[in-house]
Amino acid sequence: MILVLVETENGAASEISLETLAFARALSAEGGGIAIRAVVVGEVDNRDALAAELGTHGAAEVHHAVGEAFTSYAGAAWAAALQAIRESTRSVVVTAAGSPRGNEVLAHLAARLDVPMAANATAFQGLAPFVVTRQVVGGAAMEEMTLGQRPAIFTVAGHSWAVSPVEGASPAAWVEVTPEVAESDLVARVVSTGTKEVDHSGSLKSAKVVVGAGRGAGGADGFDAVAELAELLGGAVGVSRVVTSLGWRPHHEQVGQTGSRISPDLYVPCGISGAIQHWAGCASSKTILAINTDPEAPMMTKANYSVVGDMHEVLPAIIEELRSRGVSG
Amino acid sequence: MTNVLVCIKRVPDSSGEVLLTDDQQGVDGRYVGFTVSNHESCAVELAVQTAEATGGTVTLLTVGPSEATEQLRDTLALGCHAAVLVEAEPTRLGPADVAREIAHVVREKEAAGTTYDLILLGNDAADSGDFQVGIRLAHALGRPVVNGVSTVEVADGHLTARGDGPDGEETYSPPLPAVATVLEGGVEPRYPTLRGRMAAKKVEIETRPLSAEPAGASRVRLLLPPPMPSMVEVLGEGPEAAGAVADLFGKLGVTR
Repeated sequence: MILVLVETENGAASEISLETLAFARALSAEGGGIAIRAVVVGEVDNRDALAAELGTHGAAEVHHAVGEAFTSYAGAAWAAALQAIRESTRSVVVTAAGSPRGNEVLAHLAARLDVPMAANATAFQGLAPFVVTRQVVGGAAMEEMTLGQRPAIFTVAGHSWAVSPVEGASPAAWVEVTPEVAESDLVARVVSTGTKEVDHSGSLKSAKVVVGAGRGAGGADGFDAVAELAELLGGAVGVSRVVTSLGWRPHHEQVGQTGSRISPDLYVPCGISGAIQHWAGCASSKTILAINTDPEAPMMTKANYSVVGDMHEVLPAIIEELRSRGVSG
Repeated sequence: MTNVLVCIKRVPDSSGEVLLTDDQQGVDGRYVGFTVSNHESCAVELAVQTAEATGGTVTLLTVGPSEATEQLRDTLALGCHAAVLVEAEPTRLGPADVAREIAHVVREKEAAGTTYDLILLGNDAADSGDFQVGIRLAHALGRPVVNGVSTVEVADGHLTARGDGPDGEETYSPPLPAVATVLEGGVEPRYPTLRGRMAAKKVEIETRPLSAEPAGASRVRLLLPPPMPSMVEVLGEGPEAAGAVADLFGKLGVTR
C-alpha cells in the first residue's frame, strides 16, 4: 500500500498534492498495481467533492483523521495520525508533497519510526533497491538516494510530476478514523492564525505573471516601472535576494531558494543575473523573458526570450507600447 | 536568562556555480567559497537577540570538517559566547547522524550543568536540503519543535514563534525547553563589529569527535542536471525591443 498525505486548499486537494498522487500512481504501476490510499487530516468542507477528486487522481480510499487534536495544526499530531493509518494499512511507502507541511510531517514520521526520509524527490529508479532522485542545493544538483527501509518515506518536489486525472474513475471510499494523539504531540500546535492578508507572498506564489527585479534596479526608488508593468499585466512583483538584503524591497517579495518558489505563465526578470539562489525559485516558470545589460548573465542564457538593455530604458518603452495598444491592466 | 544553542552548517556559497567532488558524494566549494545558510544567519540573529533580551548566552554548534572553525569564528563575532565543533567528514553523515550528534552534545552539556532552553536551527541546509535535522533532534531530546518560523520570543517559560502558514501567519507557543527551525525573512542579520571580531578570536572552540559510527546518507551519488543548450530568442536591444515584447505578451495571452 502507498499512503499519500493530501493537503487541501479551499476544500480541494492542493495542486502539489495532486502531483504527488501522480508520482504515487507511477510508483504503483511499477510495482504491479500497489493500492494507493490518501490521508486527509482535520476539517473537510465537502467530503463528496474531495472523495471524487481524489478518486480521479488514483486513490481508492481516503483515510480522514478527525478529532480535537486536528482542529489546529501540529506537525507531530499529524505524524501520529499518519503513523496510525500507516500501521492499519500496512503501507510500505508514505509520501507527501514537498511543501512546508509535507516535509515537516514526514520528517516527524521518519523520526518516530527511525527510518530515513528523502525530501523533494523528482523521480524513482526502480523498486529493488528503491532509489529516488531528489533535489539538493535548491534544485541546482540532484541526489540519488537509496530508501532501503520500510516504510520508504519521501516527499515529492513541486512541479516535478504532471497532474494526471483518470476520466471516469470512481470516487474514493471514505474511511473516518480517530487516531490517538499523545499530549506531548500537541504542545507545539498553532494557537492563532492571522488573516490571509498578512501572507503577502500568497499572491506572488499564485500569480500568472511575475515581473522581477534584481540589483539592476539600482536602489529602492528603481522599482516604479517594475510595479507598473506588473500591474498592467495583472501580475505580482518578485525580487532577488540582494534586493531584500539591501532593504530595497520587503522579504515577502523575494523569489529564490530562501524565498518564494514561483511558477507563473510568464516571468520577466529585469536586472537579475540568475544565481542559483534565485534560479531555484523561478525555474518552474513556463516562459521567461529576461531583460539585462549583460547578455552573458546566466538568466539571459537560460531564459526563453531576452532583451539586451537597461531595464530603466526598456521597461518604460514596453509600458508605453502596451498602453498604445490599449492595454490598461 | 535564556541560553540558546544555534546549529549552523558550513555550506558552499550558492551565489556561485555548483561543482561536484570527483567521487560525486559532495558539492565542491573550493572555487566558490563557503558560508552558512541564509536561514541559519537569521537563526543566529534571533539567538543573539533572545540572549541579549534575557541576559543569557549563545552557544554555536556545528557538525563538520575542521575548516568549519572559519564559519564558527565568523559567527562568534556576531555576539555569540561559545562554540562547539563536532569534527566529521560531512559526506559520511546523514541527517539522522547529525541530529544524534547534536543531541549527544546537548545531553552531555546539560548533565554538566549547562542547559539550553532554546535550540535554533535553519529550516533546511542550503546544500543537502534534508528538511529534517531539527525535527529529529527534537524527537531525540523529547522536546517540542516548531518548524519554519521567522521570529521567536521567550517569556514566562514559553517560546512564542511565528511563521507563514497556508492560511496566514501562524503563532505557536510551546513550553521551554524547545527547538525551533528558522526560515529567512523575520529579522535582518547583523554585521560583525571590530570588537566582536576581537572577542571571537579569544573564544576557544571546543572540538569533539563523533559519538558514534554514522549510519550515512544512503547517497548513491550526486548529479548535475545536463547543461541545457541556450535556447534563448533575443527579441532585441534596448527600448527598440518594446514592440517585439508587446507582440510576445500578446502571443502568450498575458495582456488580455
